[in-house]
Amino acid sequence: MLDYITSYLKSDLTPGAAGNVLWAFVYILLIFLGLSVAVIAMNWLERKILAHMQVRLGPMRVGPHGLLQPVADALKLLIKEDIMPAEADKVVFWMAPLFVVMTAFTVFIVVPFGPTHAVTDMNIGVLFMLGVSSLSVLGIVMAGWASNSHYPLIGALRSSAQMVSYEIAMGLAVISAVLMSSLNQAGTGTLSMIGLVQAQQAQHTWFVFKFFPLGLIAFVIFAIAMVAETNRAPFDLPEAESELTAGFHTEYSGFRWSLFFLAEYSAMIAVSSIAVTLWLGGWMRPFPTWLSGETWDLVFSLFPGLTFIFLAVFAFVGVVRMPKHPYFRIQTMGLAGFGAVLGLIGLVLFAPPVRDRIQDIYWFSVKVAVSMYMYIWYRGTFPRYRFDQLMKVGWKILLPVGIGVLILTAIAGVWL
Amino acid sequence: MVAMLKGQYGSGIREANSYLGQNYLVVEASLIPEVLQVLRDREQFDYCVDITAAHYPQREKQFDVIWILYSFARNERIRVKTMIAESESVPSSTSIWGTSNWLEREVYDMFGIRFDGHPDLKRILLPDGWKGHPLRKDYGIIQQDQEWVQINLGIESGQ
Amino acid sequence: MTDATKYLSRLELGQPDQTFLDSNELIINMGPQHPATHGVLRVILKLDGEKVLGTECVIGYLHRGVEKIAEHRTYAMFNPYVDRMDYVAAVSNGLGYCEAVEKLMNIQAPPRANYIRVILTELNRLASHMLWLGTHALDIGAITPLFYTFRDREEILKIFEKYCGARLTTHAFRIGGCQYETYEGFETEVKKFLKFVAPKIDEYEELLTTNRIWVKRTRDVGVISAKDCIALGVTGPVLRASGVKWDIRKAQPYAAYSDFDFEIPIGEKGDTYDRYIVRMKEMRQSLRIIEQAVGKIPEGPIMAKIPKVIKPPVGEIYHSIEAPKGELGYFIVSDGSTQPYRLRVRPPSFVNLQALDMMVRGALVADVIAVIGTLDIVLGEVDR
Repeated sequence: MLDYITSYLKSDLTPGAAGNVLWAFVYILLIFLGLSVAVIAMNWLERKILAHMQVRLGPMRVGPHGLLQPVADALKLLIKEDIMPAEADKVVFWMAPLFVVMTAFTVFIVVPFGPTHAVTDMNIGVLFMLGVSSLSVLGIVMAGWASNSHYPLIGALRSSAQMVSYEIAMGLAVISAVLMSSLNQAGTGTLSMIGLVQAQQAQHTWFVFKFFPLGLIAFVIFAIAMVAETNRAPFDLPEAESELTAGFHTEYSGFRWSLFFLAEYSAMIAVSSIAVTLWLGGWMRPFPTWLSGETWDLVFSLFPGLTFIFLAVFAFVGVVRMPKHPYFRIQTMGLAGFGAVLGLIGLVLFAPPVRDRIQDIYWFSVKVAVSMYMYIWYRGTFPRYRFDQLMKVGWKILLPVGIGVLILTAIAGVWL
Repeated sequence: MVAMLKGQYGSGIREANSYLGQNYLVVEASLIPEVLQVLRDREQFDYCVDITAAHYPQREKQFDVIWILYSFARNERIRVKTMIAESESVPSSTSIWGTSNWLEREVYDMFGIRFDGHPDLKRILLPDGWKGHPLRKDYGIIQQDQEWVQINLGIESGQ
Repeated sequence: MTDATKYLSRLELGQPDQTFLDSNELIINMGPQHPATHGVLRVILKLDGEKVLGTECVIGYLHRGVEKIAEHRTYAMFNPYVDRMDYVAAVSNGLGYCEAVEKLMNIQAPPRANYIRVILTELNRLASHMLWLGTHALDIGAITPLFYTFRDREEILKIFEKYCGARLTTHAFRIGGCQYETYEGFETEVKKFLKFVAPKIDEYEELLTTNRIWVKRTRDVGVISAKDCIALGVTGPVLRASGVKWDIRKAQPYAAYSDFDFEIPIGEKGDTYDRYIVRMKEMRQSLRIIEQAVGKIPEGPIMAKIPKVIKPPVGEIYHSIEAPKGELGYFIVSDGSTQPYRLRVRPPSFVNLQALDMMVRGALVADVIAVIGTLDIVLGEVDR
């Protein structure tokens, strides 16, 4: 039994490639779990970071520094009364959030957290991701339609128009990245997510820097399109709070609403993952060629542990700064416990076999986290686009530029 | 200006005076549209500040209707006042100033004074089905349309 | 005369659209509970897709019958009621009312009182504009400026609280002057505030003025020409943004405004962006006025000699001031008793709101929000 597990830990194949259903199932569970934790963490972080950008504190009451706030919110949403509008189309209304969540999670089947850390390595991975993630628009339209109310309907229509138009720009940017994987080296072109990262590894460059500035432009197009694709500020028109109250999920509440919330955040993580995989070198650590050699490998492999130790130190600083009043005793203890757990994880991550195995996941997550931070930053800074302006940006700027970049990439690939 | 208006309309301009440095005209109700038009076109009172009314139940002509006008060119205000009885109506000035629309609706809402030629004369602040015009002196301060309150709010009293 | 009246024609709501699937037109209710209608404004929108074919405002949800109450209160008793109309600019309301009654009684507030009035009113204008900026930006989707403006507005409210005990419904002035002498250190505190707030206004501008999305969302949105403004009686920053250089503080100075040197900022196109710029400039002008006023605030009494019982002589008076939202007028009819025979408030928000329909016809739903925000209405004043 133990041998069975260790043999898989040392395997160089993804569970899908190895054809092991059980192992794939474990991976799916792990991803599901990790994603849920990530969404919860993201919820807390967004509120905290946004709050600090806006000269306020954010959640502070539930747990130390509001750490338990997302848990409390999730509980509240779960035990809330389940309201379904009388005039709503019951079946569709019920299905819509499930649909959205399903598509958001399905995408993660092909996301490569490391050379072996993916459920499966499809040879059409990029296509699969784009296809499945764009299915979520169907769920949104279903939600807007089934609510049988004007605001959700307008929100859903906006959403579908927006997603369809930005998908094109997104696709063009993706194609230019795929093109880069095959150029210079005949026959290595691939649509597999893992293959794309391996191509970057083989060419010793992230595709952002390839054919400078073409790769960068393609990345920027994708970065803009992915914000629009996930309906986030400044492209959050389908749920523009000040215009459409809450857009397509106006009529949703409680658990169903929380599913939309979950789907929105996992979709954000999903598209960020695509961006990281295609342009930012996926699981590769920074400066793989410039800072190569065993010492640097060792230094970079210490990062995961150091990050957790750093967070633990933060928690302990918080413990020291807690007011010394009996009221705060439980909070102080909780924060200390949290810090201890983080520190312990950090220590475990220093262990050589673990750190070798976990490095890929760590660097991938860090890159995704940076992208998520950008999402929050946009939201704190930008006003919202108007619908026609949004369309203009999509069709009149991103699309032509995308085509231009694609053509130039092809030319550059042939000539350089 | 006053002399000219008086010359034109004779006794139609009942009074043209100034109180505390503020000029006002008292005009026959029948002359109102003409006088307002002339004030705007010839005397450049292009900005209608306010239209309001006051109720004097003991008078024969119960209502004062007051237009407060301002001229940007002359930096001057003028009040035009007319008196009407309860059964009478006043010609609307919506064709002269766009702003009259809501102001006249409010006067109608509060006093029940009808403005002839108003495109959409209906209540503005009170609910459409409300009975009574609250700013009339015979409308008590705690009085309200009990029936409306009961039907629409389901309570005995709004107090 | 102008097209203005044409625009104010009735929205054909005769046949409510029951099966909107069959038609291209959609009638939706915006408000009275809606995040962006600044209170309880209800706008019925007739839409063709996202395009606005017409609007109709339904107001009165906050109607308290202030004018009726006035007829049953003495002049002094009615004074606190006016604070409840435009509750974000309560000081201006009080100033207008007190001055109207003073004018009716033919008394003059002493110079020191007038200076205190000017300082507080201008601080209030700043507070009102800050609240406007925060909520307007929030409507357009920028959530951060709201918190910045509220942080700085708080400092103004603190000064109010220290001066008269109230933050929002201040009731700072009395008929004949001010009730309270300035507190110890008032001047230094105001000066400190001026130093504090000037860079903050730059900070707001940094966030918005050159922000591409902000400019895109506000340029050429809700355009209203000077001619239409005048025809519709629109006043205040909206009128000035259309290029009419008219401010009652200059045109017919009241309180101590004739003593100060300040400019009237105007716009050119009369769109939402111009109104934003005009208000931002106005905030800076307010700072200038306060600075001058604090510098040369005279000594002397703060209350004129007024009789114990306020009984203005028989007569009528109209007095108006430049409130942050536009011309705020009081028309008082006195029958010689202790209570006003008739008191009419000319609310700037009410008249300005009338222009909404004209400004949004043919625009998109998102523009309706921007225009409601830029008109800077306060429903307490619209409905009274």
